[in-house]
Amino acid sequence: MPKRIGVLALQGGYAAHAAVLQRLGADVIEVRLPEHLAECDALVMPGGESTTIIRLLQRNLLDSAIIERANAGMSIFATCAGLILLSKRISSGAERGGQPTLGLLDVAVVRNGFGRQLDSFEADLQIKGFDAPLRAIFIRAPIITDVGPGVDVLATVDDKVVMVQQGKLLAAAFHPELLSDDRIHAHFLDAVVEH
Amino acid sequence: MGVDFIDESEVLTPADEEFHIDKNIFKVPFVCGCRNLGEALRRIGEGAALIRTKGEAGTGNVVEAVRHMRTVLGHVRKLQTMDRAELMTEAKNLGAPYDIVMHIAETGRLPVPNFSAGGVATPADAALMMHLGAETVFVGSGIFKSGDPAERAKRIVDAVTHYRDYERLVDISKGLGEPMVGIDIHKMPENEKFADRGW
Repeated sequence: MPKRIGVLALQGGYAAHAAVLQRLGADVIEVRLPEHLAECDALVMPGGESTTIIRLLQRNLLDSAIIERANAGMSIFATCAGLILLSKRISSGAERGGQPTLGLLDVAVVRNGFGRQLDSFEADLQIKGFDAPLRAIFIRAPIITDVGPGVDVLATVDDKVVMVQQGKLLAAAFHPELLSDDRIHAHFLDAVVEH
Repeated sequence: MGVDFIDESEVLTPADEEFHIDKNIFKVPFVCGCRNLGEALRRIGEGAALIRTKGEAGTGNVVEAVRHMRTVLGHVRKLQTMDRAELMTEAKNLGAPYDIVMHIAETGRLPVPNFSAGGVATPADAALMMHLGAETVFVGSGIFKSGDPAERAKRIVDAVTHYRDYERLVDISKGLGEPMVGIDIHKMPENEKFADRGW
């Protein structure tokens, strides 16, 4: 039986994540309510606009439901805004800090850490455990700072942390769903969800 | 200045009635409006990164938004079924760049996201546009000219999120107070219609 992977579908780039996961043979459902989450073995939290997504999580009662499932051991893969939502703290950086998060991943993040839309860029990343570099698209991406003791740094750009793993939580500041290189999603399915 | 996005706003406040901005030379992404596939593909060819089907702004009447969305996406479906040899003539008839026509014939999708605007006033309108293929919905006066704008805005967002959950849509639509009074487009003077602006 393939694992059933939920993709948080309240706002942002969920369709591209769902397409990658389906390409890899996962059983994918879109998550908009706690009852959808209850059917999932794991969750992907896409990029989008993080203050919008946290409001929609709260309005649809998904914030507490995700925290409860994560504390019970559910795997989560979060990208870009999803990483911001997963983190414990938002440092005041390019944008004001202080917005609520799910507080599951023991890192601080700086929103728009590389700058604004015009500062968006692509880079070849060396990812820990991967044989070859992976092309990565950074769109108004956050930067991970203050990495906690249980958090493994998997990739950096100019010494700035952009990908981490903490047990069953995998998070990236960039958008691996937008290119055809599916290795990070495959790593999530094979090494995080199945582990 | 570091702005994140530019709306060419060629419908509401046209500054040039003949040409559009060459958006390809900008690093900042642009959003443009369209009523049909030819307009959409000309704007994309000029460099638009986001497209809205225009509808009829400020009316609270969704009929033009429906017409434009059906026109654009119906034509996308038509391109998918055409013989390759027919596509150059189709590009000529559309007034659209051939390479983008070919891309759509192969993928069945516009190369940029498309949202619906112009006349959405109720949660049901928003859900309808999502069903027709909008990737999201823009609402302006439909919220601001209603009885309880803040609550209506939240409910329209709910309707976009849960557009396939019909029981929930009923609840979302209840107890919402006065909607914006819709204007019958057939009774509007021709020179007041925004949707006729476009080239």
